[in-house]
Amino acid sequence: MSTVIKVEGIAKTFKIHHERHQSLKERLLHPRSGSTEVFDALADINFSVDTNETVGLVGHNGSGKSTLLKCICGVLQPTSGQIRIRGSLAALLELGAGFQPELSGRDNVYLYGSMLGFSKKMVDGIFDSVVDFSEIEQFIDTQVKFYSSGMYVRLAFAVAVNVDPDILVVDEVLAVGDERFQAKCIDRIRTFQDEGRSILFVTHNADQVRAICDRAIVLDGGHMIADGPTHESLRIFREHLMGSAQEHDRSGLLASISIDSLTTPSGAFHVRSGAGMHFDVNITSQSAYSGNFVLEIFTRKGLLVSRSDAKGSPVNLTPGQNVVGVDLPQIPLLDGIYDVNVGIVDPRGNTVIAWREQAASIQVTYDGREGGLVELGASIRQQ
Amino acid sequence: MSDGSSARVERRSLEDDAFRIVSARDSLVTRLRNLWNRRELLSSLIRSDIRIKYKNSALGIVWSMLTPTLFLAIYWLVFAKFLKNGIPNFVVYLFAGMVVWNMFNTSLSTATGVIVVRSGLVKKVSFPREILALANVGAATFYFFIQVCVFGLYLLVVGHSPDYAYFWLLPLAFLALYFFTAALAIVMSAVTVYMRDMEHFILIILQLWFFMSPIVYSYEHSIAPQLHAHGLAWLYFLNPITLIMLTFQRTFYVSTVVHSTVPTVVGGHVFPLINVLPAWPMSTYFYLDIALLGIMIVVFLFAEVLFGRLQGNFESEL
Repeated sequence: MSTVIKVEGIAKTFKIHHERHQSLKERLLHPRSGSTEVFDALADINFSVDTNETVGLVGHNGSGKSTLLKCICGVLQPTSGQIRIRGSLAALLELGAGFQPELSGRDNVYLYGSMLGFSKKMVDGIFDSVVDFSEIEQFIDTQVKFYSSGMYVRLAFAVAVNVDPDILVVDEVLAVGDERFQAKCIDRIRTFQDEGRSILFVTHNADQVRAICDRAIVLDGGHMIADGPTHESLRIFREHLMGSAQEHDRSGLLASISIDSLTTPSGAFHVRSGAGMHFDVNITSQSAYSGNFVLEIFTRKGLLVSRSDAKGSPVNLTPGQNVVGVDLPQIPLLDGIYDVNVGIVDPRGNTVIAWREQAASIQVTYDGREGGLVELGASIRQQ
Repeated sequence: MSDGSSARVERRSLEDDAFRIVSARDSLVTRLRNLWNRRELLSSLIRSDIRIKYKNSALGIVWSMLTPTLFLAIYWLVFAKFLKNGIPNFVVYLFAGMVVWNMFNTSLSTATGVIVVRSGLVKKVSFPREILALANVGAATFYFFIQVCVFGLYLLVVGHSPDYAYFWLLPLAFLALYFFTAALAIVMSAVTVYMRDMEHFILIILQLWFFMSPIVYSYEHSIAPQLHAHGLAWLYFLNPITLIMLTFQRTFYVSTVVHSTVPTVVGGHVFPLINVLPAWPMSTYFYLDIALLGIMIVVFLFAEVLFGRLQGNFESEL
């Protein structure tokens, strides 16, 4: 294990022009006019990434995650601080940004490869696998301007993942392509992980981070607010989202409801696999509210096992203490610790009103012979 | 995993690799090293530039010879036939100046807007940004060499022999031209980001510059006498292009003094001779060219530094 990316005290400020004078005439007439505002996109960011590590960079829109990524890729220069990188780096910032529409797919593969910093010889060596991966063999000599947007992106992704980078930087590009191609991309990312490369993965999709990353860094307003194991960081991320949502909430609804605790009649959260479980969710509300109740169960590795809600019958909260009962008649999970998240969302399910990440952890014990996550009770016999 | 699990290769250890540093301001040495490391990108950008330019045109690369030839024909018609400048073998004289001018002109007119035009790339992909401008200069260099070949063919056909003794000065003059053009190109490409007018402005400047350079007229014949009278000859040489053109013209046109095709008659006296080129010995050309090359390398380095300063704010302007 060695460090491949070291981010040391990075800050980035942007000047925002309120009045843009970009022509010579305007510059001459208004040499100093137009107020400029300094905006801190990033402040005091420190972290490092080792080989063999897949790090997720999460944050809501405008949190500075893309700016940070661009600094790491060298597209932006940080205002202060420095970033040390070793090994070759391929960035999937915007797929196909370097494509020349007038050139053929073949020429663009070489051009894009050299933009990513790889030699012609290297691209020669991987050309067939690029074409193969992109699945556009019959159009490889067609001018790229005639490509569909999907073909465009597939070709760019194929180049970037086939050039054998030591570090792969991915910025929300997995949203492109059809489902099958997406699965292929995820598959390729997993291969990268197996090969011990480093991956820096930016998204605001928490599920994708859970699925891919070992570690997550959370940014908010240009500051790093968490850096740790994925489920830890995501808990902080969600709590932070709730917190900032409360600040922007005019009706005061969000602040008025809080989920206090999760209790079981026995007081313990141990359960034998296959047995049932009941717990009470204690909620304090300052006003009457009718909303939907959501329950999520995750594995410690961040895999969503189940998400369920009150199935159309809203919970009616009254001012004061409320108790919502949750019955799990049978838990078919195998050995392990499972985290429980609970929350209240508005009746249409769009807005989270109250949320409690990792409200409880259930310890499941199982002494059967099945392996994996759930007990299906399969019986195997010869017919 | 289809092919993944089988390819569980032991990765090369990165333990010994040096760290690359991304920071607020890179030193000139770092920037030049980055530039050198990305030379392969430069060459593929040049190639794609050339390809794109002539893609979908029936005559293709022939245009890069045809356009200058047509201009040459027009200038010859106007200056030698209509205005009767009296310079014999005027096409050779014109050609020598035009190859130099075309390289400069093509580079600047394409490089000026290049960062704005390719802002999508600049904002998404990491590479030394000046490579975009340098690629345009590179493409112009390619056309330059094609035109020099055409020029050579023309000389063979008309049976005009260049002064081979001066040939070794050409690389010096060309390098000076290259560094000067590259310096201006990268600075202009950065300035245009802040002042979009430059894209239009540069065309006027270039038009003016064309006539401030000894291409369609002879410096020695038309300009020098007046400037010398006021001791201002140095003024004309502030234009670095001049010396480069004179070197090319001296090499290819050869004669410094020629018999006019239209002798001037002033007060009954006939002046049959024209001083087309300065009557310097070869050593003067050499010293001037080597000095110019030195200056232009410094100018180029200065342009690199300036570009480094200017590129810091590209994102907020593009």
